[in-house]
Amino acid sequence: MPTVTFEGRSYPTEPGETVLTALLRQGGAIPHSCRSGVCRSCLVRATQGTPPASSQKALKDTLRAQGYFLSCIAQPESELTVALPSDGVIGHTRAQLLAREQLAPDIFRLRLQAEEAFPFMAGQFITIRRPDGLRRSYSLAAPPTSDGTIELHVRRLPQGQLSGWLCEALELGAWVDLFGPEGSCFYLPDDPTRPLLLIGTGTGLAPLLGIVRDALAQGHTGPIQLFHGSRHPDGLYLQGELAALTVTHPNLTYTLCTSATGPRADVAAFGAIPDTSGWRVYLCGNPEMVKGAQRKAFLLGASLAEIYTDPFVRAG
Amino acid sequence: MSTLYERLGGEAAVDLAVDKFYRRVLADDRISAFFEGVDMERQAAKQKAFLTMVFGGPHHYTGKDMRDGHRHLVARGLNDSHFDAVVEDLGATLKELGIPDSDIAEVAALAETTRNDVLDR
Ligand code: FES
Repeated sequence: MPTVTFEGRSYPTEPGETVLTALLRQGGAIPHSCRSGVCRSCLVRATQGTPPASSQKALKDTLRAQGYFLSCIAQPESELTVALPSDGVIGHTRAQLLAREQLAPDIFRLRLQAEEAFPFMAGQFITIRRPDGLRRSYSLAAPPTSDGTIELHVRRLPQGQLSGWLCEALELGAWVDLFGPEGSCFYLPDDPTRPLLLIGTGTGLAPLLGIVRDALAQGHTGPIQLFHGSRHPDGLYLQGELAALTVTHPNLTYTLCTSATGPRADVAAFGAIPDTSGWRVYLCGNPEMVKGAQRKAFLLGASLAEIYTDPFVRAG
Repeated sequence: MSTLYERLGGEAAVDLAVDKFYRRVLADDRISAFFEGVDMERQAAKQKAFLTMVFGGPHHYTGKDMRDGHRHLVARGLNDSHFDAVVEDLGATLKELGIPDSDIAEVAALAETTRNDVLDR
């Protein structure tokens, strides 16, 4: 019977046993609850080996592509190495700050160069760790490049410790630790004609821009509608770059929303698209907006499995 | 003689029904408040397990799971009228999918067997 490796230890499995049962029986700690493939609390990621397809069936394509599976319903067919979604085994590299550019009063674009090959999908996020251990996560705003550069958008928060450090103190050429990538918000090239709806607030634009760039680079031909919202005009950025993209790519539309003086981005989006059946939807930024828009997009017809969300929890 | 689950189309039918059923339940003012603020993906996964069970398919849910999973809702006032509304939404979903009345009645009867567990009594 195949062996499962977890946190450096190997766990032999008995015939018919699932990954979860084998680990628990031998003292491996994996969060779990229903043990029947329903609650998803036992989600793990295969960092080596292929999990059985049936244990990935209920997951989003984007998670499946990264090897995630439900350990409680996975009877391993071959050797597997697994990691918990959060324990940093996912990836670690160092990166050097190449450039920093102010895009709006409190928003900066950072370009970093990874020390070694760092595979990711635009729209996923990485976590930056400062030497004192403080960590914050930022979304990847552009697809991987051949020279290994990474683009992040960072909002400088009034009391934000890490954002202040990234936007002001960190010197060009300095090195930072990166962990990841994580997250399931990214472009899937399975159907280039499918309409895409992207709604983001604040620096929620970063993952959406990453997805849009990736989609366009992969030749997506279906409509792509991007709505970017902020309370005040100060929070909107990269308007010029986005407007230029709509000129070179007529299937892309871009709508700016300032909620202090007009409709919120999600309200504007669902006003423009009252029937979301068949659409793939990406929602990033303010958690309230993300939650409300997820419900709305679903009620208007989008399949729940086709709605990808990335709520940004505020922490400087 | 095929089982109800097979007649309905097995797992593929459950997958097809789950979005439609959940959408109907969320839009139903009689019960939508109970779904306020829940994690939608988790909720949809639970609905899938519920549909598998009432379709007569393979499932692992026990009466105890049903009680534990709904006790916090019973404390918020979940009662027979809400249970009836869910069964009604289920029937309407199956009708929309073109499932014959006799099969819908069988599904409703299976759903009925969970009533006392769901309402924790
Ligand atoms: S323990 Fe609930 S899905 Fe695995």
